[in-house]
Amino acid sequence: MTPVADDSSNALASPEEKRTFTINFGPQHPAAHGVLRLVLEMDGEIVERVDPHIGLLHRGTEKLIEYKTYLQALPYFDRLDYVAPMNQEHAFCLAIEKLAGIEVPRRARIIRVLYSELGRILNHILNITTQAMDVGAMTPITWGFEEREKLMVFYERASGSRMHAAYVRPGGVHQDLPEKLIDDIEEWCGQYPRVVDDIEGLLTENRIFKQRNVDIGVVTQEDAFKWGFSGVMVRGSGLAWDLRRSQPYEIYNELKFQIPLGKNGDCYDRYLCRIEEMRESVKLMQQCVALLRKNPGPVLPENSKFAPPRRAEMKQSMEALIHHFKLYTEGFHVPAGETYAAVEAPKGEFGVYLVADGGNRPYRVKIRAPGFPHLAAMDYLCKGHMLADVSAVLGSLDIVFGEIDR
Amino acid sequence: MSDVNALGAHIVSSQPGAALSHSVAQGELTVCANASGILSLITFLRDDPRCRFTTLIDICGVDYPERARRFDVVYHLLSMHLNHRVRIKLETEEQNPVPSIASIFPCADWFEREAFDMYGIVFSNHPDLRRILTDYGFQGFPLRKDFPLSGHVEVRYDAEQQRVVYEPVKLMQAFRSFDFLSPWEGMTHQAADDEKPEAAKP
Repeated sequence: MTPVADDSSNALASPEEKRTFTINFGPQHPAAHGVLRLVLEMDGEIVERVDPHIGLLHRGTEKLIEYKTYLQALPYFDRLDYVAPMNQEHAFCLAIEKLAGIEVPRRARIIRVLYSELGRILNHILNITTQAMDVGAMTPITWGFEEREKLMVFYERASGSRMHAAYVRPGGVHQDLPEKLIDDIEEWCGQYPRVVDDIEGLLTENRIFKQRNVDIGVVTQEDAFKWGFSGVMVRGSGLAWDLRRSQPYEIYNELKFQIPLGKNGDCYDRYLCRIEEMRESVKLMQQCVALLRKNPGPVLPENSKFAPPRRAEMKQSMEALIHHFKLYTEGFHVPAGETYAAVEAPKGEFGVYLVADGGNRPYRVKIRAPGFPHLAAMDYLCKGHMLADVSAVLGSLDIVFGEIDR
Repeated sequence: MSDVNALGAHIVSSQPGAALSHSVAQGELTVCANASGILSLITFLRDDPRCRFTTLIDICGVDYPERARRFDVVYHLLSMHLNHRVRIKLETEEQNPVPSIASIFPCADWFEREAFDMYGIVFSNHPDLRRILTDYGFQGFPLRKDFPLSGHVEVRYDAEQQRVVYEPVKLMQAFRSFDFLSPWEGMTHQAADDEKPEAAKP
């Protein structure tokens, strides 16, 4: 652009006089959702350029996995998106099962779906309430985290751990759920929609919340394709795309659920999508509970090289004892080949590209985290917005650094 | 399965210089490609009415040190319109840059930066090829098979100097990589018959 010499009304029009300054956002900032350092180039209050510096939580997960057996590699997946841990394990197990051709028992499939949806609610509670906090609302987070705590207790009662579950295993899940736990999950499903109503009552028609979110960070459908978005980031823009529907895994094709879509692709529509997805997840969980009552049975394949033998059997049979020992020292072997398995994680498409060389360790695991391309679009989304909108956009992208930095 | 095969044949026949061959495993289509033709191939995959792969899912490297051209660059693409996926693989080495596809898919920018950071694969015409995940001033390419798991330097806060210092890695106990692979039979094999060889018998 050539500067106009006689334009005295706008003194900043000439490039010589236009001065931008750089500020540092994070890495220790509550609205950075973890350890994100944003280098912002500002023209007054207007953002000119965003340069996210990531990797502050890089732990070399992919490298570590190459040195572990398949079963030892599984818990690393809990530590990626630590907001919804089981959804990640699920993708890794699907990849192993695809390569090794393992048949998963029906009851295990139902439990996996139940806990995937539970994880979705865990994630959306955190995201919605922290997004609200980023724009100044304090109450939703206290209400939401009460429910989150109850869900983490369900995690603990199934797996023994509140967060790092290591519950989904190649071939099924680690242990069956106790009867009482299934009853309690059902009871929780009954009362949870009222909590969603309460949170919605605080936010959905809240004037300040709308002022901060409507028409901020608009993503058109074209942008969503160009930037490799998935999950709520495409559904908020009105694209009906959900892996649970379009490439169904486990028992999703038997279940009834709706896929909420946004219209405008702004932060507010993404918030509304997440609220509705929580309601749909509750319905899915209720269907899973009903199915679990009707489908007793094993949760790991019987007589399989990929699952441990039963404890009682080990007391009787030498072969079972040897198998148990070999499974937990050498581990199982996965036939050579490569595969890509993806699940609809709460944040979008979480994929695992697994290259196996026929040994007991993965040759290469590439973790495709949904947040990675979302954060890559920060520069594009924030350009021309005000500084205060950066945290609103960041909140609605649903960023967790465990999975982005790996 | 057959339409995946047909799609692969269609891609290979339409892009003779760029796409070399196709294969199908586990119902997934893999197309082997030529590094020099990757731009035209990806553009074709995005725009062709039978492909319409409009979403770039992932780009990653894989290291095979024993090969002459040691790196694979693997692209995953998804079509939300036609609900199918494809994997593009090409071989390269350290000295051979791969054309960047960031002009076609802007999200390739970060994926390529990650592949460069982890493997040292160079992408030509990339807008901003910096390291992305590793520390500022990091040396080496951590995901290469010849890079040690423990790394080369470790970081600690030095109270006297009042700053973070980098030192060579000192392990209290040497890193032990156990080889659990049984010399007798793998878990995938059927149990061989238990007979000892003739010579071993008394």
